Amino acid sequence: MAQTDASLVQSRNEGLGARLSDTLWRRPSLLLFLLLLPPVLWLGIIYLGSLFALLLQSFFSIDHFTGMINYEFTLRTYAELFTPANFDIILRTVLMAACTTVASAIIAFPIAFYAARYAKGRWRAVFYLGIMMPLWSSYLVKIYAWKLILAKEGILTWALEGLHLNWLLDAYLSLPVVGGNSLSVSVTGTFIVFVYVWMPFMILPIQAALERVPTSMLEASGDLGARPGQTFRHVLFPLALPGVVAGSIFTFSLTLGDYIIPQIIGTSRLFIGQAVYQHQGIAGNIPLAAAFAVVPIVIMGFYLWGAKRMGAFDAL
Amino acid sequence: MLSDRAPLSLKIAAAAGLLFLHLPILLIFAYAFTTEEKSFAWPPPGLTLKWFAVTWNRPDVWEALSLSVKVASISTVIAMFLGTLCAAAVSRTRFFGRETVSLLVILPIALPGVVTGIALRSAFSIADIPFSTWTIILGHATFCVVIVYNNAVARFRRTSGSLIEASMDLGANMFQTLRHVILPNIATALVVGGMLAFALSFDEVIVTTFTAGQQQTLPIWMLEELVRPRERPVTNVVAMVVVLVTMLPILGAYYLTRGTDQVAGQGK
Repeated sequence: MAQTDASLVQSRNEGLGARLSDTLWRRPSLLLFLLLLPPVLWLGIIYLGSLFALLLQSFFSIDHFTGMINYEFTLRTYAELFTPANFDIILRTVLMAACTTVASAIIAFPIAFYAARYAKGRWRAVFYLGIMMPLWSSYLVKIYAWKLILAKEGILTWALEGLHLNWLLDAYLSLPVVGGNSLSVSVTGTFIVFVYVWMPFMILPIQAALERVPTSMLEASGDLGARPGQTFRHVLFPLALPGVVAGSIFTFSLTLGDYIIPQIIGTSRLFIGQAVYQHQGIAGNIPLAAAFAVVPIVIMGFYLWGAKRMGAFDAL
Repeated sequence: MLSDRAPLSLKIAAAAGLLFLHLPILLIFAYAFTTEEKSFAWPPPGLTLKWFAVTWNRPDVWEALSLSVKVASISTVIAMFLGTLCAAAVSRTRFFGRETVSLLVILPIALPGVVTGIALRSAFSIADIPFSTWTIILGHATFCVVIVYNNAVARFRRTSGSLIEASMDLGANMFQTLRHVILPNIATALVVGGMLAFALSFDEVIVTTFTAGQQQTLPIWMLEELVRPRERPVTNVVAMVVVLVTMLPILGAYYLTRGTDQVAGQGK
């Protein structure tokens, strides 16, 4: 049996494939080159090429009379970003991304903490699926669900009426800035949906960071006389912080570039993503859309640089 | 030290967080059966199965669905090919520019979707490429590579290199080793990566709006209904079906990777 196998291998080794195989084995760099060629070509040409095209477009400008793109190098389009109206859009988006990130961290931490330290056996599976299902559920369906909840005739109003608390909602909606006609057309609504949709991305990195904290360290802290609260504040939380920062990369970046949530639930005030979409679509002003798109790239560049210094990449 | 039993406040906070994540999705199921046609009234005035039949007979829903399935299938195949090659290269050897390659793979998903979208749109505009199914696939395959790559890299790291050397020492050539040793070892990781890539592509809307032109994938159809509602009950039914369908790859990925230390789908 072993002999037939060996002769089989022998006979196959004579073919063209065998010679190719021998060459690849003797020259690992050729193998590496062949492995890398397709993905690097694809990503390099399609993705980096597109990013380059984006950058190129942002240095062109649009002729406001003819609506034609003027293919000459100019910084005028970037200057347009700093007009009060456009700068407001950038500020509003960054502020929203920051608030979403903080709120996500607050909601995600207890879930991650419980899943990492207390969930055992069956509960571990429940927590894992309980986190993964909402993370992977359809993005648009999640937004749609909140449209149903926040609508004037929706479930939230019904529930508050049942509790005789609708005066509270009315009082909140009459507030400036955060209020509005109903929650589904207010900044608060946009904020809730942003937190809902992007928060699951925060849980897994925090959980991973918490799971890496050795139990002996917590025991040592207790032996040295720390109360549970002190152990949490001075030992566990600082060690989990890189995980929080890693999670915040997702929530921050995803909020920064989203244009569908504020379009469906929120006021008519624009976010960066919406500005990009509108300028390239109806207005046909691709240069200004491109310049707007460069803003999140620059912001995320700084953010990632800061996160790297805090050791967040080891927690990913 | 921290006790072995969770404090009550933590239990409540964790349970509340999970409820916050799940209740809105469950709500979709109730709305699919409502008799109310014009508004989002709650509670539903009555229950009916009528809208399932109506949705079944809508050609626009079927067209959108078939385009979505087509795009997701082709993108998944491309992503599995590119992602596996890249993972094999990065995990087996250290070479100059290795970090750059892994950054390049992650970039399409690390940058906001709107950036990827407008970048592709600018490139199509400069190169004068008309919108087609293939322009959608180009975008989808690009950001799906990272999903397959993440799963494959984790598996390659745990597959011992001595297995491959042993196979070669016993006389197998590289293709036999690939067929009989490497592929069986990484098969589940590839299947999981493929399923997650399919799910990601099937649901993608932000990049697609920039690369689709007039075509409608299922998410674009839904977006259209959200912005300009025509028949709300049909949207409700489609939403419920989409939730059920996207659950399948996640459950499948979970059962296939159960017991291993890798976490499937971690880096959506």
